[in-house]
Amino acid sequence: MVVKGVQFRNHRVMGDILELAARYRDEGADELVFYDITASPDGRTVDRSWVNRVAEVLDIPFCVAGGIRSVADAEEILNFGAEKISVNTPALEDPDLIDRLVKRFGSQCVVIGIDSLEQSGDYQVYQYTGDVDRTEQSRYRTLPWVREVQDRGAGEIVLNCMNRDGVRRGYDVAQLAKVRAVCDVPLIASGGAGEMSHFREVFEESQVDGALAASVFHSAAIPIPDLKAWLIEAGVRIRPPDDRRAH
Amino acid sequence: MNSDAVIIGCCGANLASLAFALRRLGCDAPISEDPERVRRASHVILPGVGAADDAMSRLASAGFSDLVPTLTQPVLGICLGMQLLFAASDEDDASCLDIIPQRVSALPKHPERPVPHMGWNQLEIAADTSLLRDVANGDYAYFVHSFAAPLGAYTRAVTDYGVAFSAVVEQDNFFGTQFHPERSSTLGATLLSNFLRL
Repeated sequence: MVVKGVQFRNHRVMGDILELAARYRDEGADELVFYDITASPDGRTVDRSWVNRVAEVLDIPFCVAGGIRSVADAEEILNFGAEKISVNTPALEDPDLIDRLVKRFGSQCVVIGIDSLEQSGDYQVYQYTGDVDRTEQSRYRTLPWVREVQDRGAGEIVLNCMNRDGVRRGYDVAQLAKVRAVCDVPLIASGGAGEMSHFREVFEESQVDGALAASVFHSAAIPIPDLKAWLIEAGVRIRPPDDRRAH
Repeated sequence: MNSDAVIIGCCGANLASLAFALRRLGCDAPISEDPERVRRASHVILPGVGAADDAMSRLASAGFSDLVPTLTQPVLGICLGMQLLFAASDEDDASCLDIIPQRVSALPKHPERPVPHMGWNQLEIAADTSLLRDVANGDYAYFVHSFAAPLGAYTRAVTDYGVAFSAVVEQDNFFGTQFHPERSSTLGATLLSNFLRL
């Protein structure tokens, strides 16, 4: 589950975000990820108190991604109540940042987001993907980078398959299975969910630990309680929709 | 909720989510690093993240390692806080509070079960406890840990992650959950509310 925000610091937008967070909480989402895509600008101090307001309403884990370039950035977010922080481009620029974050907070807090694009039979890591105009190929190939971030102590990997992003034709199960084979930490699939069967497919064929989606949930094209009931019926072992909420 | 619960604040970040979870239950629990304040509390919560050894040093230097075992009010250890109730941990070979005379050990690595064990997993209720009132066999809770406590007479709920480990423990007035109630949706709220009613 993803909430992508350009303006978390705008009051009206924040109201919408909190409402959305509460809705997903009540529908039985297992975890939320907040992409703060305005937080990146270089060196500028940003107000992250919105994280605290999200923590106030959520009783499930949530992760904050975007603009985390230092131990201090991460510390602020974790102190505000986020369960995890997710780092993408800054880890590519400065891989040692992963070690520093792990040393300070432990593996369980440190998620590495990887934007991967299939190119002539191989997979390449892309960087600056928060900004379409700056998106470019990094110096890493995907599988070696997956190994490296684990060696540096990352506790979870979110693999966003860019070929599938927003396309709704299903997760890239082939790529995810290849990454799974070299990934000993929890692996979360991202990019491509369009219908319920895609979730079953990615759990069964790629053995991922979680499946992340945004647009199909935001648009309510796939209601979470229905998806969970359907997956359980199909034999996928997941937490059922929360029946205490109804009372 | 009308209790004077206090959160011990010296061994772990991420206390905001726990404080918010208690506030949603109507309990405005202060976060304290003052042993005297904690001693007077009606309920004491010992959360912990990070490494056992480091947490024990922080507890010791803040004056809690002698105090906690002598407390007589209900005490709830959460995650690492639960592990600290044990005698020792294989994590850095740390000596812990020795309230439960057993040793915490590392979760075995297995290709299909990544460590840290991170995510939702099921509880199997092992014995009656008021902490688990209105909690059913098979309910899911949110875990984040690499070390785990063995099963024993103190075990109240069991979770299986390649090995069966203690997910909920109780010994006299000391309780513990390996999972995070503050992140375990309505199950967690039920459990915290049960604790505050003890």
